[in-house]
Amino acid sequence: MIPAPFDYLPAESAAHAVELLARHGDDAKLLAGGHSLLPMMKLRLAAPALLIDVGSLAELAGVRADGGELVIGAATCHADLAADELTRADAPLLAHAAAQVGDPQIRHRGTIGGSLAHADPAADLPMALVALGGSVEVLGPGGSRRETADDFFTGFFETSLEPDELLTAVRVPRNPGAGWGYQKFVRRANDWAIVAAAATGGRIALANMGPVPLRAHAAERALAAGANAAQAAALAADGTSPGEDMHADRGYRQHLARVLTRRALVQQD
Amino acid sequence: MLLKLNVNGQQRSDDVEPRLLLVHYLREVCGLRAANVGCDTTSCGACTVLLDGKSVKSCTVLTVQAAGQQVTTAEGLAADGELHPVQAAFRREHGLQCGFCTPGMVMATVGLLAENPEPTEDQVREGLEGNLCRCTGYHNIVRAVLAAAAAGDPATSAGSGRSGPSGPVRGRGAPAVGTSGPASDAVGA
Repeated sequence: MIPAPFDYLPAESAAHAVELLARHGDDAKLLAGGHSLLPMMKLRLAAPALLIDVGSLAELAGVRADGGELVIGAATCHADLAADELTRADAPLLAHAAAQVGDPQIRHRGTIGGSLAHADPAADLPMALVALGGSVEVLGPGGSRRETADDFFTGFFETSLEPDELLTAVRVPRNPGAGWGYQKFVRRANDWAIVAAAATGGRIALANMGPVPLRAHAAERALAAGANAAQAAALAADGTSPGEDMHADRGYRQHLARVLTRRALVQQD
Repeated sequence: MLLKLNVNGQQRSDDVEPRLLLVHYLREVCGLRAANVGCDTTSCGACTVLLDGKSVKSCTVLTVQAAGQQVTTAEGLAADGELHPVQAAFRREHGLQCGFCTPGMVMATVGLLAENPEPTEDQVREGLEGNLCRCTGYHNIVRAVLAAAAAGDPATSAGSGRSGPSGPVRGRGAPAVGTSGPASDAVGA
């Protein structure tokens, strides 16, 4: 499968990428690892006229501490994030989530910014960011802005990113020693979650239980009120209306959400 | 667009379309046919090559994304007529059936052992998660990877599986010693 023809420009900086986006508008797409975009282009589900490559910009790579938060460059690949000592110590749930994406080859190419901007509700990193109460930094023609994970994901494969904006960094709270739980249910190696649950610090997030990574609010409230893991997890699917496919119908996904949430809560204790 | 990159130690300069996938560049422009197009959807790993020492699926990399980098294919492993220790181990342990997945399995293994020179069997199976063998020949493949690791050749040890500035991955020293079964020429045909 061959993508439709396009022009290719390597960006010289994040600011340059935003400039190019402003100049080329909807015809342009950003390229980092390309592990969501290129498969779509090969299937001709996407046919941008121009790819702006931000994948090798040093300013978008790596992890650093900034007070009480970790700042992760958007072009940091999953393998580097999974192996990063600072992330493993201060946000181990995120390092673990990065290690669950796809397979080793995919983790060498795919990036955290790309995964979040792609916003697949079944993916690992969007759910992890919601569970951690993280946020994203976005650069646009008018400067940069921050948005919480809860507000960033707006619909099925949709985010609050404007067409002329670039996701530059991801922020998560530093919580060394905090308990966390991560449960992903798949049938095949290297697959997306049929359902997944992540829990830490009183927050619970679910993957593939709706159009966006969801918070299990009812279960979180029960936990805050003193419920145990089993009692809280029984409420994990409340208010959800997950899609159905060949892997699972709605009822089975809701069952999985309850079971995986209980396991995640037990795991974090 | 004009592109410079290093393939198996050879500096190349080619005029390529931006949409040319790395696997097609390797097969059709460079004439290197080890990397196979299997699923063409980033699943099967038959197209695995090393990009600056890291295993990648070349069906999902644009050639232009490899500009200035070092690409290593299975053709670039053997040196001076001597199989790379991973190749030798696959041969000795008969880590193949039809052979279609084998170049990808070998390259994924070279990448894996560079990152983890002494993997457990579980880590080998996890580490080859991105490579499918439809002959279901995983047992011998895993055995071959463990044999290559046990041989402890410097070429499969930490760091040296990466293509350094001096050139691509090269086999050095003696071939890997198998851990089970007689080393017979009969399996290498």
